[in-house]
Amino acid sequence: MSTAKFAAGQPVRVRAAFPLGHIRTPYYTRGCVGTIESLAGLDPNPEHLAYGRHDQPPVPLYRVRFQQSALWPAYRGNPQDTVVVDIFEHWLEASDHA
Amino acid sequence: MHDHPHGHPTQPDLEDAPFTEYQVMALALEELLIDKGLITADSMRQGIEAMDAPRPAHGARLVARCWVDPAFEARVLQSTNDAAVELGLNLGETPIHAVKNTLEVHHVIVCTLCSCYPAGLLGEKPDWYKSRAYRSRVVREPRAVLEDFGTHLPADMEVRVHDSTAERRYVVIPLRPQGTEGMTEGELATCVTRDCLIGVALPRIPR
Amino acid sequence: MRRPHDVGGLEAGPIDTEEHLSEPWEKRLRVMARFLQRRQPPIVTVDELRRGIEDLGEDYNHLSYNECWTASIANILLQKGVISVEELGRKMAEVKTRWKKDRAQ
Repeated sequence: MSTAKFAAGQPVRVRAAFPLGHIRTPYYTRGCVGTIESLAGLDPNPEHLAYGRHDQPPVPLYRVRFQQSALWPAYRGNPQDTVVVDIFEHWLEASDHA
Repeated sequence: MHDHPHGHPTQPDLEDAPFTEYQVMALALEELLIDKGLITADSMRQGIEAMDAPRPAHGARLVARCWVDPAFEARVLQSTNDAAVELGLNLGETPIHAVKNTLEVHHVIVCTLCSCYPAGLLGEKPDWYKSRAYRSRVVREPRAVLEDFGTHLPADMEVRVHDSTAERRYVVIPLRPQGTEGMTEGELATCVTRDCLIGVALPRIPR
Repeated sequence: MRRPHDVGGLEAGPIDTEEHLSEPWEKRLRVMARFLQRRQPPIVTVDELRRGIEDLGEDYNHLSYNECWTASIANILLQKGVISVEELGRKMAEVKTRWKKDRAQ
């Protein structure tokens, strides 16, 4: 989709912001670097829907894949193990490395 | 169980147990909504009956068809909701995204933030799926959680956990077990439990 | 800051895999919530319900799943003026009295 900022395979970092409010970007991903697995679609932003605002434009939603070792320094499974999280574009910024 | 003279539901489950403020509140909300004409007692009754109706194993049927028909599986991976229509299944509005286990990758599903679940395919979610212990541990130590469920995976296989944080639900297409060659689709479906579709168990031939 | 519902990665003990049948009040609650979501326009949306649960704060840690739903729905209906505090209080007292009387019979 022409409005999506990130491409599959691109490294991205989750913004390390911690406001109050309805957020669907889990705490354990904030500040972490992952890779775009795919674009899931364009969805209404739950941060607006949760407060009754239905007039806001939809936002690109990505499947972002994180190495477990990037999320938990003490991870003891296979170094290939991953977690995939659905994250909205406004929570992501381009990163130099994965 | 008797009907109260005013037609309000009694709570037979509470006759011996203490009732809580929240149980009272839940019924109070329902009665207020009925009083205001926003819900009807009839639609409540129908909704409860629908919940109680037995649910066939939709997910198991879907997987069995995937195992015997690779072209169908490809359509499931492309759009699970659309492909399910071929089996007469209406999975509802929320997109379900199927992820396929391979010899290299094993998928597990969770919703750490609440407990989003592919109910359209799997029915009611189990208590453990909603539990804090599952939601907190499976993203961080999936292999230990799988061991707790009695599931052992090779160390060199990738375990990929999907955290359903948005309006996409995930379901696992497990690997077809050995020894099932020649089984009918119906027989194959009996190998697939709900826990296989979440990714905490592996399909097996029922004894 | 990590809010109480945002539990991914926290330490936890064993997972209790025993399954419990839903109690009647829990089924009624979920049916009610579904109707509220399916009205056109919805009276309570799933996003509002989630936000209401998250905003319970510390209560989140000691209320059950269905108690959280009940509290969230009550708060949203109050906030939107669908019900008033007085109506809720009077109806809860009425329900409680009725149940106590049923028991005494």
